[in-house]
Amino acid sequence: MAACSIEDVLAKVEKDEAEILKNITVHKELELEFDIGNLAAFDKNPADVGLFRKHKKEEFLRSLARDNTQLLINEMWKLPTERVQEAVVAKLPEPHTRLPREKPLPKPRPPTKWEEFAKLKGIPKKKKTNLVWDDVHKEWRRRWGYKRAKDDTKDWLIEVPESADPNEDQFARRLKAKNERVAKNELNRLKNIARGQKVSVQVPPKDQSKAELGKAMQLARISTASVGKFQDKLPKEKPTRTVGKKRSFQPLIGDFNMEKQRQLDLLKVMENKKPRMNVTRAVNRQMREEDAEAARHKKEGRRGGKGGKKKGRGGGGKGRGGPKSRGGPKSKKHHGK
Amino acid sequence: MTQLDGIVKPKTKRSKRFLQSREPKLVENIKNAMLIKGGNTSQVVTQALKDIHSLKKPNAVLYKKKNITRPFEDQTSLEFFSKKSDCSLFVFGSHNKKRPNNLVFGRMFDFHVLDMFELGIENYLSLEDFKNAKFPEGTKPMLIFAGDLFDTDNEHRRLKSLLVDFFRGPTVPCVRLSGLEHVLHFTALDGKIFLRSYRVLLKKSGCRTPRIELEEIGPSFDFSLRRVHLASDDLYKKAHKQPKQLKPKKKKNISHDAFGTKYGRLHMQKQDLSKLQTRKMKGLRKRRGEVTEEEHGSPKKAKSD
Repeated sequence: MAACSIEDVLAKVEKDEAEILKNITVHKELELEFDIGNLAAFDKNPADVGLFRKHKKEEFLRSLARDNTQLLINEMWKLPTERVQEAVVAKLPEPHTRLPREKPLPKPRPPTKWEEFAKLKGIPKKKKTNLVWDDVHKEWRRRWGYKRAKDDTKDWLIEVPESADPNEDQFARRLKAKNERVAKNELNRLKNIARGQKVSVQVPPKDQSKAELGKAMQLARISTASVGKFQDKLPKEKPTRTVGKKRSFQPLIGDFNMEKQRQLDLLKVMENKKPRMNVTRAVNRQMREEDAEAARHKKEGRRGGKGGKKKGRGGGGKGRGGPKSRGGPKSKKHHGK
Repeated sequence: MTQLDGIVKPKTKRSKRFLQSREPKLVENIKNAMLIKGGNTSQVVTQALKDIHSLKKPNAVLYKKKNITRPFEDQTSLEFFSKKSDCSLFVFGSHNKKRPNNLVFGRMFDFHVLDMFELGIENYLSLEDFKNAKFPEGTKPMLIFAGDLFDTDNEHRRLKSLLVDFFRGPTVPCVRLSGLEHVLHFTALDGKIFLRSYRVLLKKSGCRTPRIELEEIGPSFDFSLRRVHLASDDLYKKAHKQPKQLKPKKKKNISHDAFGTKYGRLHMQKQDLSKLQTRKMKGLRKRRGEVTEEEHGSPKKAKSD
């Protein structure tokens, strides 16, 4: 009898527990993935589309949402909790969904000239106290700024030193010295920034060949206002080969007959009523006209097929480029004919 | 010039703090969102933008004027807005005959567009249509994504990442358990994406974990995914680069074997094994004036004889 009752008791306890857990358990085929740090849950179970269409949309979605939320809340309640000012608070783990940053990684500030020197020499940074004892006012004052410890702008009397001009305004001299110091500091600060930026932006130049470097040097030499006429030459620089139009002149006293013939021809040309025909010019013009006609025929044919501004522009461009490129081989053909 | 590059020094502490909050950091601020209207907007789109703004308050700016731009063609004006207002998330709403009730969700990296998703609103119920009490602004919502499309399709995966980025609130170390009231549920089904927003009612259940009942509260959208502009893979990887300082420091000298047993290594000085202290065996202890080792040896010899 006792044994039966014990079994009954155990069975009842189990049933009760199951009942309690029934409220919060949800059956899913695939476990959900949780990202508790972001309070997010990802359900990969394929949803039953048939069921979705049969029932009303909202109810299906609501029941699905309820199930998923229950699972997420179950996970949340498993977290370690603590009491913070009469509220129960759960400690969240780090979010592990990889999300992109909004700005790139911060670059460390490039070191200043002094910082580099200090690193080289091994000079450590000295920590300064915030306040300095001011004997004049007999109190602790800040090191710099408003109401600082040793403020020499407030002096109502400056002794003229032995070496100075008695008519000089010492106050103005002090002010000018301060302005110079400020300007120098500002200049150094800007120089540090410029140096820092140059280092971070500059790309190491590709290895250039000797010829390329020579050409670059030549161009640099003639890139002055007087086209390189007054540029000094480097000690080992070779004299440049002349670049430019070559002009050759006939010797002063040469072939007399040829000179006579040339001058007579010149007079004949000047006397002529009608202009002399430039054969090459005429041939070029003729070729250009023929090419333009051919291009126009081609364009019309293509326009009938496809049509559109782009094609027309392309055709026109092709036509324009044509004679220059196709002048050579075509001319030979013409001669052949 | 917006950075603290030093050439233009901020004159006041306040402006210095403002610039410092905007510069790139190791641990970043929470992302701001800007809600922009396009050249032509319908009532649905303006109401939708207002609702999203209230979901994302206070980390959102809602611009009232219309801007005649097309995000998918020209991104420069969006990038300009983002730079000026320091927002890396945006929603651009527009309406035309070809794409009615269009919302373009997007995010930026380094003030250049990273991803853009064009979602068309098929069905929409705004906050006003649900006549019940709402949450205070700034409550961190719970996000649930259902549907296997969010895992299988590449575009949907990126969309999921963008939606998490958009709707998650600030990253907090701990959260009040009774304050978990808002849940946003995204379902990818039947070619559409359904967004529903519920209030969570925690009911008594037998055990410590409460039973959940949901009450629909916020806006409800039925989206259809239209165009998509994804960032190239290398830009995406660059945007995900985390600084080394944030990586958890690996403890050296600890190893695990196949069964999960944790092993560690101890480094000790050289030991003199003869002077090693082992367990005390009282019987073996040498006593004064008693039998020594040699004497032990000799009686044995005698026995053998």
